[in-house]
Amino acid sequence: MNPVTELIKNLADQHGRSRHNLLPILQGVVEQEKYLSEFSMTEIARELDLPAAEVYGTATFYSFLEHKKMGKYIIRVCKTITCSMKGKNQIILAIEDMLKINAGETTPDGNFSLLQTNCLGFCHKAPAMLINNEIYTELTPEKVREILSTYLKKKGESNDN
Amino acid sequence: MTKNIKISINGVVVEIEPGTTILDAASKVGVIIPTLCYHKDLCVAGNCRVCITEIVGQKRLTAACATPCEEGMEILTNSLRVRNSRKHIIELLLSEHNADCTRCYKNGNCELQFLASEYKIMTQDFIRLAPLKKYSIDMYSPSIVKDDSKCIRCQRCVRTCVELQGVNALTVAHKGDQMKITTFFEKSMNDVVCTNCGQCINHCPTGALVEKNYIEEVWDAIADKTKHVVVQTAPAVRVGLGEELGFEAGTRVTGKMVAALKRLGFDAVMDTDFTADLTIMEEGTELLTRLKKVLVDHDEEVKLPMATSCSPGWIKYIEHMFPDYLNHLSTCKSPQQMFGALAKTYYAKARNLDPEKIISVSIMPCTAKKFEAARPEMHDSGYRDVDYVLTTRELAIMIKQAGIDFMKLDDMHYDRLMGESTGAGVIFGATGGVMEAALRTAYELVTGREVPFENLNIAPVRGMEGVKEASVKIENPLKEWAFLDGVELKCAVAHGLVNAGKVMESIRSGSASYHFIEFMACPGGCLGGGGQPIPTSPEIRQKRAEAIYAEDEGMQLRKSHQNPEIIKIYKDFLDHPLSEKSHHLLHTHYKTRERF
Amino acid sequence: MTTNYQLKRVDFIFKNENDWEEVLSKNIERPSQELINELISSELKGRGGAGFPTGLKWKLSAEAVDEIKYVICNADEGEPGTFKDREILSRVPFKVLTAMAVCGHVIGAKEGYIYLRGEYFFLQPELNKAISEFEYYCKEINLDFKIKIFMGSGAYICGEETALFESMEGKRGEPRNKPPYPSSYGYMGKPTVINNVETLAHTFTIFKYGAKRFYDLGVQYSRGSKLFSVSGDTPKPGIYELELGMSLADFVDEFGDGDTKAVQVGGASGFLVPRKRFSETAIGFQGKLTGISLPTGGSMMLFNSSRSMFNVLDNYLEFFREESCGQCTPCRVGCQQLLKGIKAVKRGEKNAQYLDKLMRLAETMQYTAKCGLGQSVANSFSSIVENFREEMIY
Repeated sequence: MNPVTELIKNLADQHGRSRHNLLPILQGVVEQEKYLSEFSMTEIARELDLPAAEVYGTATFYSFLEHKKMGKYIIRVCKTITCSMKGKNQIILAIEDMLKINAGETTPDGNFSLLQTNCLGFCHKAPAMLINNEIYTELTPEKVREILSTYLKKKGESNDN
Repeated sequence: MTKNIKISINGVVVEIEPGTTILDAASKVGVIIPTLCYHKDLCVAGNCRVCITEIVGQKRLTAACATPCEEGMEILTNSLRVRNSRKHIIELLLSEHNADCTRCYKNGNCELQFLASEYKIMTQDFIRLAPLKKYSIDMYSPSIVKDDSKCIRCQRCVRTCVELQGVNALTVAHKGDQMKITTFFEKSMNDVVCTNCGQCINHCPTGALVEKNYIEEVWDAIADKTKHVVVQTAPAVRVGLGEELGFEAGTRVTGKMVAALKRLGFDAVMDTDFTADLTIMEEGTELLTRLKKVLVDHDEEVKLPMATSCSPGWIKYIEHMFPDYLNHLSTCKSPQQMFGALAKTYYAKARNLDPEKIISVSIMPCTAKKFEAARPEMHDSGYRDVDYVLTTRELAIMIKQAGIDFMKLDDMHYDRLMGESTGAGVIFGATGGVMEAALRTAYELVTGREVPFENLNIAPVRGMEGVKEASVKIENPLKEWAFLDGVELKCAVAHGLVNAGKVMESIRSGSASYHFIEFMACPGGCLGGGGQPIPTSPEIRQKRAEAIYAEDEGMQLRKSHQNPEIIKIYKDFLDHPLSEKSHHLLHTHYKTRERF
Repeated sequence: MTTNYQLKRVDFIFKNENDWEEVLSKNIERPSQELINELISSELKGRGGAGFPTGLKWKLSAEAVDEIKYVICNADEGEPGTFKDREILSRVPFKVLTAMAVCGHVIGAKEGYIYLRGEYFFLQPELNKAISEFEYYCKEINLDFKIKIFMGSGAYICGEETALFESMEGKRGEPRNKPPYPSSYGYMGKPTVINNVETLAHTFTIFKYGAKRFYDLGVQYSRGSKLFSVSGDTPKPGIYELELGMSLADFVDEFGDGDTKAVQVGGASGFLVPRKRFSETAIGFQGKLTGISLPTGGSMMLFNSSRSMFNVLDNYLEFFREESCGQCTPCRVGCQQLLKGIKAVKRGEKNAQYLDKLMRLAETMQYTAKCGLGQSVANSFSSIVENFREEMIY
């Protein structure tokens, strides 16, 4: 069986197959795959016996349920007011510079995607960003470079395996 | 009985039942509140906010469609605050809308345009958002054109596709300024589960969803002297067309329509009702044959219940949603396609015409018929059986373009050969009509007696109930049908695809045991079709249905097998129902499609 | 009206209290009506923003007749400038869980959910640990009440209660028409109490110490204390529990950097108060001095004179342009028009009078949007343009 199909079956076994189980299943696929492909959404529709269009309509409502291919690590830099006041742009520039991509893009090796997001709820420790589900706060360009290098190292290690 | 409550609207005190919305209460006292996202066929959305009203004492304004009245409410529908806010909302909708009205197919029949004109929105103060968005037009479907730049996001189409039809081809996607009405992964309507039923078109207030029109192609064909252009008109068109041309809903305009078609320049004007009668002969015989194979021969290949196949929206629906049940479908083509196949064979031969020179046009209350005519298997005459399909609305446009004063036309008759019909053919246009027509003929075929309903009117299959059931007990049949003695023939009728889905589920679960089921994609049957005049509402459907049954009652012949042209075609051309020739020209097969 | 001009720090919410088991077991022995009366007399109002009386909310759901009811903790803290709910859930989760169970007892619900915003995914492991410990204790005292976390996925609008239900039901988070209200028709169409995290934490205080301790804090119409999320140009950003009713001037004295030009009260959907009105603005539900209420959960963002109010407003409107659910016209199109409008004025493509047209539009949005959030998205626009018009133009 296709691994995504299997993942979806397992998620449905775990959460249930009713409409109100849709979000946890979508989240489960994104957790694993980083985004919802056309194939994933079709399989979810099939598994839950829901119209595919409804799955698409629901998924696209939520910013964290990406439906375009994403990198292994999704960097979400907060762009809302306080983070913006406290130097979000410098953070973005630092990341763009380091990963050689623009905001909204994914590195060619498929490891990093750089996105901007709405308020992360760390306004008192601005600027803030998420890398997948890890939160990083009170960022400076130096700090961001440090954080990213640990991820780049991680990536290197996992590539060796 | 719950006690009525008292409210006042613009100072007029009115007593109403609790739970009545402000909108309904207002209409009781003759106050019209403008609406856009509201539609009588659909659940309340309350999202366009055009129907806002002021409740005295409240700071917020209230959507009249979505708010039930409460005791003592003082409602103002035209206060300064209401009027200013409503104007703002219309202006906002216009700013997001491609308001290039003179170049719009719906120019003159657009609810947004009407509101803009009523509120005299003369300026364009707000920034025009429409040109700034990357809107696309989906023109790939043979039936439906979807232009997002004209969409006002009222979601009437989505509610139609979901609630009324259970198709779910359309959905709301994204949020905020990106929010839009679209399909799965924004594919073309042609590439998703869309059944082409056109109900979304019928419910769209603007020009965002319209039929793909073939008006110019038909004008070209008419003007081409080398072509012989035949036209057929579906049963439901005659009770709808008048609405587009100045008549009240429910006016029968059969004779005027024929006259208008002749004036437009069609070489022959004939009637789909004729092939409706023919369908009854073929389908009725098919049903009886199936019954025999199941009950007597115990042939496991043959499936019951048998389902009708006249409605192309229903056909595409079952192909997507219940492909494992395709062998339950009657193999009969729809009357439109039977007509098409005969026009380029039987008719061509009788009139001594080269079929290649024949252009076959049909006037349908339906947009799915456009898709049906384009199906690759519909070439049994050796040519494309039906070349162009026009909706009732498109025909009205042509009549207006031609400068025909429709109201003043004298009635005319259809041309011979395929122009004669019976009341049974006419009622195909209403939900339950195919069933009623089939029973009138099949019962008589089996027993030699008329169907045991007063005046041939089979009341249980009539009316607007979503799923209707009827049964007819067969007693003392003719000798060759002896195996049917005592059999209670169980029938069901479903209209609106959401109801069709329910019946199919009950068959799948085994909870229903029918012999024969009529399925129609559109609410009310073809008279409520996606190609019918806009607006269509429950009341209007009711009036059209009354007109159909009146037409039936007024006819000399009311049973398909009595139609002299039907008798003639079997004698001269087809031989007998389910003959080899019939099989070749009048029957078809179906295709499994993806549900997801 | 008595107004408390003094800024008073309070320590209830985060006070480390290890007796939640006792509070729970004691209170579920009390009759439902008694607990409702306790809440009503405390005059606690919802801390999520709308300020609906909590006691009344519980009462209405208790009165609804249904076998199945739900208690939902709204932890979809998405308002820019608010971050207190996360702190509550990570520092004192048992207070919230206890309050949910007591609520379940009061209204007759056996299931509770915490709707946690997707951005706070990392809270999940710890919170789940707390929930299992909590449920273990419930079993011990024979209390039939289960709590589950439901994760959001990045949609501000899901903080609106009916949008939240829709989201939990696996749909797009679009607010519903009201009525019906959650007390009779909430999650899955069942009677539901939905409270903000902080509101629930306050009920813990009330059930432990009695309504009077809470009522004695604050001022008329605005009883008790409240968590404030302080951010922006301040030397001490963070979360502070303060008594309600203080004047904004006192607040700025305490938290400002000496150069405070304006304070945004209540997040992006709240109001901007300029310096000249600090002393006449009271922070509370009916801080009558200038009519400033507390429209959301205590977000206080300070701006000093280096900040361009145009940029601030631009940022807010960008936020709403994206985060509006998009279903109703005034919010969906209105946000785009306000945003494009101020840019056009700034660039000189529209004249300054266009701001007046937009002000009237903002008023229409406040009157006509479908949900509470839609009705408040234009608040920041109105208050910023009213007070800093020149910054919008030049």
